[in-house]
Amino acid sequence: MAHLQLKKLVKRYPNGFEAVHGIDLDVQDGEFMVLVGPSGCAKSTTLRMVAGLETVTGGEIRIGNQVVNTLAPGRRGIAMVFQNYALYPHMKVKNNLSFGLRLAGRPKDEIEAATAEVADILEIGQLLERLPKELSGGQAQRVALGRALIKKPEVFLFDEPLSNLDAKLRASMRVRITDLHRRLKEEGRPATVIYVTHDQTEAMTMGDRICVMKEGHIMQVADPVTLYDKPDNAFVAGFIGTPEMNLMPAELSIAGAHTLKVGSQTISLDASLSARIKSTGDVSKVTFGIRPQHFHLVENGTPDTLTGEVSALEFMGHEVYLHVNVEGNSLIVVVPGEEYDPSKVRGSKVTLKVNEARAHVFDRESGKNISLT
Amino acid sequence: MTIATTNVSTVEEMERVNQMIARRHKINSVIRYVLLIVVGFVMLYPLIWLIGASFKTNSEIFSNPGFWPKEPTISGYVKGWQTSTPYTFGHFFWNTFLIILPKTVGTCISATLVAYGFARFEFPMKKVFFSLLIATLLLPNVVTRIPQYLLFRDMGWLDTFLPLWVPSALAGDAFFTFMLVQFLRGIPRDMEEAARVDGANSLQTLWYIVTPLLAPALISVALFQFMWTMNDFLGPLIYLSSVDKFPVSLALKLSIDTTEAFDWNQILAMSVLAITPALVVFFVAQKYFIEGISSGGVKG
Repeated sequence: MAHLQLKKLVKRYPNGFEAVHGIDLDVQDGEFMVLVGPSGCAKSTTLRMVAGLETVTGGEIRIGNQVVNTLAPGRRGIAMVFQNYALYPHMKVKNNLSFGLRLAGRPKDEIEAATAEVADILEIGQLLERLPKELSGGQAQRVALGRALIKKPEVFLFDEPLSNLDAKLRASMRVRITDLHRRLKEEGRPATVIYVTHDQTEAMTMGDRICVMKEGHIMQVADPVTLYDKPDNAFVAGFIGTPEMNLMPAELSIAGAHTLKVGSQTISLDASLSARIKSTGDVSKVTFGIRPQHFHLVENGTPDTLTGEVSALEFMGHEVYLHVNVEGNSLIVVVPGEEYDPSKVRGSKVTLKVNEARAHVFDRESGKNISLT
Repeated sequence: MTIATTNVSTVEEMERVNQMIARRHKINSVIRYVLLIVVGFVMLYPLIWLIGASFKTNSEIFSNPGFWPKEPTISGYVKGWQTSTPYTFGHFFWNTFLIILPKTVGTCISATLVAYGFARFEFPMKKVFFSLLIATLLLPNVVTRIPQYLLFRDMGWLDTFLPLWVPSALAGDAFFTFMLVQFLRGIPRDMEEAARVDGANSLQTLWYIVTPLLAPALISVALFQFMWTMNDFLGPLIYLSSVDKFPVSLALKLSIDTTEAFDWNQILAMSVLAITPALVVFFVAQKYFIEGISSGGVKG
């Protein structure tokens, strides 16, 4: 059982800088967990603590039922894939793969069988006699993956493994890794995975659950759909989704009819949003969040709309990106190509109707979503 | 038709330009090589003369300024090898070997261990210790001669090989440690981390992963230590007093001391033999040696 738990995990460096501030995370057996966040959010540090490559300042790491805080990396039942592959440059591919097993003193025929099996799974059989410098990026990445796989670990750790590959290879490796994870599960030896990336596309497409981090704190842990539809806070809302969610300062009034004031423009909210809002004060400063896809271009003069000026227009074919300035906020509006009607962009003005069922309201101070059901 | 003629003239034009470039390239390299050969010859002339003169008779050395012997003879080698002592020159070579082997092997092992510690581990007072190490680099050798002599005398190590190799074999040569530290700092740590995840402890990581990566630098270390020890004169002069323990460097001096009329051809012949091992080793390891000193601290 490789149920992985982080309890109040803290990392503080000797110079006093605290990188990880007591995070809690539960990764279920066989789960594919993605740690995602902007650079400097301590996702890699967290992973390296799980691997045993960084010391733990406070808290607890449990793999299965064992606390592994002070255990050497080799004894934790983990395998890790590094960003720049970290293949041993002086060893042939087959020796790279079998290094761990040879260190453990396993019998020769067992090592050979394991190497052959892994080479078969990853289709690197023809590369076994080569040196790492004779491999392409994608091949090296597969060997690195094989070196992790051959140990049959309980927990796989990936540290931005695809960021050195070009876009096309990255897409195919993404599928290969998720495929492998599914296959292991079907074969009855599920592997727990922690996968670190800064690329939210990778996070959304690969993860069973995603843990969004910021400056050493966990902002939200949820499955991709929840993360996209019900972000806990403005940070997650802004981080997940392409193009990112529009966030603009607004004033919420719930005395009588719910209204939202953006600069000098006021919209009264319909039930799909107002019923969700939990607010204590009558008037409060909030951040209004709408994804670029959740606007409609409407006729001028329609009630409860936002009016703004188009500052730029990007025609992508299947959709059109409008950069709209509303009361000093630069918004991005995505209009499907076939719905795009130039007549609604009069001069440089547009009128936008918000799909309120998909909009969110965040407390401006704490960033918390106050419109969750 | 017009198109065809245009093509022909374009092709001719291109060929003409290509030929011009090729000719210029040839002239360029001729000048370059001539210059290099001339300068190289000037630099190497003393060595060439030395080898030529070792085959001359004693009288011809002073009468014939050219390097080509008129009546080549190997008597210088034969007599020089016998020496004026009860030992042949082979004995002195053996002595040198007995110093060089433990010194070079010991330096490689100890300097690697110490450099690995400084480059990869955090421990209290690390900065102070490293500064001390660098400080010993800046200390002139002469300053430590007398205290060292007194120390080794009290240990009863005088007239043995021990004072000549033990300090170096215990990472006493700060230069080599420093060189390896710099080289190690240029090697990314990922591979060592991968090895640790694969279950290797610190020493296994050092042996299986770091040492192979360090190989070019280690070859430089071994080569430097080999050449410097081969050429070391002062060390053996201070610590060794019995002739049967003399290494080659002292033995060469010996033949000048004990012979009334200097047999220069014998001295020159033995000098040629004395520099041969260093030359051979250098040429064999040249490729790695250059890699070792040029890539240190730059990349892994």
